[in-house]
Amino acid sequence: MSATDDGTGGSPKPRLLEVQDLHVEFRTREATANVLNGVGYHVDEGETLAVLGESGSGKSVTAQTVMGILDTPPGFATAGTVRYRGEELLSAKEERRRELRGENMAMIFQDALSALNPVYTVGFQIAEQFRFRRGMSRKDATAKAAEMLDLVKIPNAKQRVKEFPHQFSGGMRQRAMIAMSLALDPDLLIADEPTTALDVTVQAQIMDLLDELRRERDMGLILITHDLGVVAEVADRIAVMYAGRVVEESDAESLYKRPAHPYTEGLMESIPRLDQKGEELASIKGLPPNLADIPPGCPFHPRCHRAEEECRETVPELHELRAGRHSACHFAEELISRD
Amino acid sequence: MGRYILRRLLQLIPVFIGTTFIIYSLVWAIPGNPFAGLCGPRGCPPAFIDQMTEQYNLDQPLPVQYVLYLGQLFQGNFGETFNGIEVGTLIQQAYPVTLKLATIALIFEAIIGIAAGILTALRGKGFVDNLVLAATLFLIAVPVFVSGFVIQVVFGVQLEWMEPSVGADPGIGQLIVPGLVLGSLSMAYIARLTRTAMFENKRADYIRTATAKGLTPRRVVSVHMLRNSLIPVITFIGTDFGALMGGAIVTEGVFNIHGIGGLVFSAIQGQEGITVTGVVTLLVLVYLLMNLLVDILYAALDPRIRYD
Repeated sequence: MSATDDGTGGSPKPRLLEVQDLHVEFRTREATANVLNGVGYHVDEGETLAVLGESGSGKSVTAQTVMGILDTPPGFATAGTVRYRGEELLSAKEERRRELRGENMAMIFQDALSALNPVYTVGFQIAEQFRFRRGMSRKDATAKAAEMLDLVKIPNAKQRVKEFPHQFSGGMRQRAMIAMSLALDPDLLIADEPTTALDVTVQAQIMDLLDELRRERDMGLILITHDLGVVAEVADRIAVMYAGRVVEESDAESLYKRPAHPYTEGLMESIPRLDQKGEELASIKGLPPNLADIPPGCPFHPRCHRAEEECRETVPELHELRAGRHSACHFAEELISRD
Repeated sequence: MGRYILRRLLQLIPVFIGTTFIIYSLVWAIPGNPFAGLCGPRGCPPAFIDQMTEQYNLDQPLPVQYVLYLGQLFQGNFGETFNGIEVGTLIQQAYPVTLKLATIALIFEAIIGIAAGILTALRGKGFVDNLVLAATLFLIAVPVFVSGFVIQVVFGVQLEWMEPSVGADPGIGQLIVPGLVLGSLSMAYIARLTRTAMFENKRADYIRTATAKGLTPRRVVSVHMLRNSLIPVITFIGTDFGALMGGAIVTEGVFNIHGIGGLVFSAIQGQEGITVTGVVTLLVLVYLLMNLLVDILYAALDPRIRYD
């Protein structure tokens, strides 16, 4: 690492997390799937980045690569960089990556029931980190675990540390999961569809909790979701992913006002709206591409209503349109400047 | 937990009565006269038959016979064979041998089986995995009487590393090789069961969570993966120990071990109804208790199935 990018020599402070041109392949005996094809995004302290996209767009794989918990095989990061506070992680030793996990970056998962170990108490699973990362005694660690449960607003935390995951309700389990991820006070939290498995009222509570904790702790938060509605209120910036690329990146407000990619447009039109009752709900026609055989040109062109000859031939690069607005569409300029 | 155990113990009562009644009825329903051939070619004198009939309540209806028998049993009296030998004495001679043999087999199958399963799962697909799969398939495919005889001939007769015939009142040393033969089949199953469970859990969400928490790989495997993977294995080992305690007719036969399996076998052949019922009743009890132990272990390992 050179003196200019380590953030110590008076140079601009490195980003909390910066992913650049990340390529990940899934190799199986039959085929190689190009799951990530040059993903790039960044997140700063205290900021919420929402990563949006359909299933299979590479949202979770990017997060797993950042955390260093990608299943290898079949997944292999073949190119690109992941920098945490300027430190390159893909080439770092596994021991160093393990040190960072939990302590500096943490992750919560979609289905808290299967993400928690069914045979240990919730308290044990939180206390584990205090015991084995901070060398605390079992008793002190359990007391800390109860504090963490209290922090995420689980009532009667002292009792509930002794309970097992199956004795918690869905929302409480996700809270416990959040408590576990925040135990060692990380600067970066990746939430992979944290509310997808929950019902709507609980979803809002969990989103509020995450938002509140992010503010209190000045954490960077990456919120992975396929639901535009969920992120509307909490996201500062949004990165939209399609077929292993970021196709649009923007501050949340401008993106909602006027998407700069037909795919984002499609995602927004597929949200049911009360003021358009009776109209048929729009959906994006077709299916996401087979990642072992991504179409040439813009990967979205077979499903795009504005696709032209150029789209079938040239891959549009993610380019800056306005300050903070990026799109990977040949017609992005038209899209954002029309009325 | 205490109530759970108590409830399970109470459940044993109807199961015990049901099974013993079925055994009792079946044994005495075997066609043929138990006195035929008992006293040589001339047949038994009527006085002897009368005495025996009275002693064993053979003139009573079956349910009455059963209740009378059960009453004796609860007083610790297993009854006598037709030759006047106490069935209790026979059991006392045979059971320690079976217990030793079963324990050796169990320790062997559990340690080697689980170790092989974990090793293959951690190494992933490759040489070790293929080796274990092929070796266990071989053990599963070869019947115990074949492997038993081969080992007996090679190590006992030709190389003389062990005594080919064990005989009465054997020590632990004499039972090691028969124990390995007896445990080999279950060892193969345990290795495969552990391997499959570990492979399944390796990709489980909570393993990913444990890794994401920054725990060491050693802790992820030994604490998070192993306990979940061993639940089905422990169940298998427990029921298998129950089965082993019921004696091993083939292994005992090959190595000339006087265990409980051989006792039951010869009693069935000789139509010694009292012996068969006595021994099998005891085996049912042991098996039920082993199952209870498995259930308790299971509940201890997996909190989701605890009764409260």
